[in-house]
Amino acid sequence: MDQALPLIFMGLMGVAMLAYVVLDGFDLGVGLLLPLVDDADKDRMIASIGPFWDANETWLVLGAGILLVAFPHAHGVVLTALYLPVAFMLIGLILRGVAFDFRVKAHADHKALWNRAFVAGSALAAFAQGFMLGKYILGFAGGLWPFLFATLIGLCLMAGYALLGATWLLMKTGPALKQRAAGWARRALWGTALGLAAVSVATPLVSERIFDKWFAMPEFILLLQVPLATAVLLLVADRRLKRLCQQDLPRPWEPFACAVGLFVLAAIGLAYSLYPYLVVDRLTAWQAAAAPESLKFILVGVVITLPAIIAYTVYVYRVFWGEAGELRYE
Amino acid sequence: MSALADPLLLARLQFAANISFHILFPSINMALAWVLLYFKLRGRANDGARWQAAYGTWVKVFALSFALGVVSGVTMSFQFGTNWPGYMQRVGNIAGPLLGYEVLTAFFLEATFLGVMLFGRGRVSERMHLLATVLVAVGTSLSAFWILALNSWMQTPAGYVMIDGQAHAASWWAVIFNPSFPYRLTHMLLASGLTVAFLLAGLSSYRRLRGERSTEVAATLRTGVLLAAALIPVQIFIGDLHGLNTLEHQPAKIAAMEAIWDTERGADLRLFAWPDERTRSNRFEITIPDAASLILTHHWNGELRGLNSFPDHPPVAPLFFAFRIMVGVGLLMLAVSWLAAWQTLRRGEPTALVQRGLLVMTFSGWLAVLAGWYTTEIGRQPWLVYGVLKTADAASDVPASMIALSLGLYLTLYAVLIVAYVWVLFYMARKAGTAQGTVEGV
Repeated sequence: MDQALPLIFMGLMGVAMLAYVVLDGFDLGVGLLLPLVDDADKDRMIASIGPFWDANETWLVLGAGILLVAFPHAHGVVLTALYLPVAFMLIGLILRGVAFDFRVKAHADHKALWNRAFVAGSALAAFAQGFMLGKYILGFAGGLWPFLFATLIGLCLMAGYALLGATWLLMKTGPALKQRAAGWARRALWGTALGLAAVSVATPLVSERIFDKWFAMPEFILLLQVPLATAVLLLVADRRLKRLCQQDLPRPWEPFACAVGLFVLAAIGLAYSLYPYLVVDRLTAWQAAAAPESLKFILVGVVITLPAIIAYTVYVYRVFWGEAGELRYE
Repeated sequence: MSALADPLLLARLQFAANISFHILFPSINMALAWVLLYFKLRGRANDGARWQAAYGTWVKVFALSFALGVVSGVTMSFQFGTNWPGYMQRVGNIAGPLLGYEVLTAFFLEATFLGVMLFGRGRVSERMHLLATVLVAVGTSLSAFWILALNSWMQTPAGYVMIDGQAHAASWWAVIFNPSFPYRLTHMLLASGLTVAFLLAGLSSYRRLRGERSTEVAATLRTGVLLAAALIPVQIFIGDLHGLNTLEHQPAKIAAMEAIWDTERGADLRLFAWPDERTRSNRFEITIPDAASLILTHHWNGELRGLNSFPDHPPVAPLFFAFRIMVGVGLLMLAVSWLAAWQTLRRGEPTALVQRGLLVMTFSGWLAVLAGWYTTEIGRQPWLVYGVLKTADAASDVPASMIALSLGLYLTLYAVLIVAYVWVLFYMARKAGTAQGTVEGV
């Protein structure tokens, strides 16, 4: 049991991080797309994420929380290596979070200013998260090339979030905005694909161990399903979006599902590459884990509360299902 | 400029800035969640329109404070790792699960159902909306429970054993219900109640002084005044118990709060003094004979240990003044709220003069909360976890320039946000007033 605990928590952390990326991803994506529309549509777009974003952001706290709770030794290593990008992400998240509330409550003259803060915060947080992912994949290496690679991943993750945001809007807004969103989603799709390709190429190059894991013979055939499925989802999403640009189709949720599928596949690939390391080829889950009695104590809480959290999260998404109304309280 | 080159000092400043900014918002929301539930329940009665209006006004304050609390709370959770990696390495086995339980039991609950509370009208039943309000209030209080359990453990650690330099939990019950926890939790919840009471009374007085006659503003003014008047004596009583508990477990903190340098019997209460660490004595003392002993030991002749008898002790002057500010604000709260309550009960509402006083004291809760937290947190120094881990040993080796850069950004952002928050609160109060006037036509 004690040996399995770090693995259980590594899995939980992965799931929490993936949940965060998908859920807050569409919130941040909506923020990124905001400058493209007029004021009325800005309100509509923000209304579509209004009831959710607080809870969505909580998954980041859970993901980082598990890192802190279960792997206190990795927590310090990872977060001090990423000191500045973390600071910039946090400043982005602060700006996004407060602007969301201030823009409807402040004086009308200041609304445009808070809108800009909302966009800037979303962009900064999204970019910083991608940048951190890039640095993380390269094992926190320094120098110009790692910096440029991390910058590329930062930009690609912005595209990925824009994809989630735009496909989210396909489900939540009226026809006019929908067709424009399909166009944005299509462009963002290719930025996302570039990012997926860049990570897929970089990880085996960085680590011989990862290279061997992917390209050893029997596994290779099985693992090939991941990039193949990714390619299929990309093509399906692109064709669907192309038609949505021209006409209003049934099942507007399909592109969003494709986008989520892409992120899930990417997470599976990344998890397979990294396992069992928390810091690439440096620190394993077991080396970084907290004491078993602490992990057991928190596991009890996880087993009881996580199903409840998922249940009421699903409930709230159902309550606010369908096209978003106007953003107003009461 | 040497301060800018000291990473430890910068990291401490950054954490102090963050935690000071953060605490402002939970200290409103903990109690405001329950006040909203009260408004909601009264709004269900036949003549509940004014209470429904009050709910509508104050739920916006809640949402805004919640957003600011969340984003600064996220920032704090990351700063454990970025600025204090030694903290998690040394006591992560204890701190981690407590923080984890906060997220699992409280944070998700309040963040999820706040969405229903804010946007759910018309989409969920009235009963479900009431349930959401209850769940948000429960979540907010649970949050306080876990965070204060951790903070109290850092002040009075219990239920652990040290193995290879790391703290391991021996009894979770003893960890959570450590000796100072009940006092600290009660003291903080009451502080939140007082912060909200004065916020309610202050903003309502503002609307009333601007000539608004709605029944909503009369209701919230009355609620704020009576709540403040009821809570403040309880808070003084609990604060006294908390002091006794601190004397038992952290006598050096008490000695610094009272600026007592040498151990004495029948110690005088220093009403004012200028503690000087170089000469290890006080200048400009104004004292009440034996009163410190009476208050802290409940005996005229009780013995209080002096700072000179401890190998290390917290910085004296900041503690001495922070404590006096907290107590001073508390006494002012007592005077103003009782006067206002007396007038309210006799003639329906406080006089214009007292309303002005309440307006001035709108954010008095924040001042007392901050001063109180400085007392307790600076009072723990030089320890991060009392007797277990020194603050200096938990710091990261991140270059000072990086900490300085991020500190500058945080400080700028926080300054702008505080101004914006206060400004928007008053703007919302003005707007609520005009909307009310047209709806009710009074």
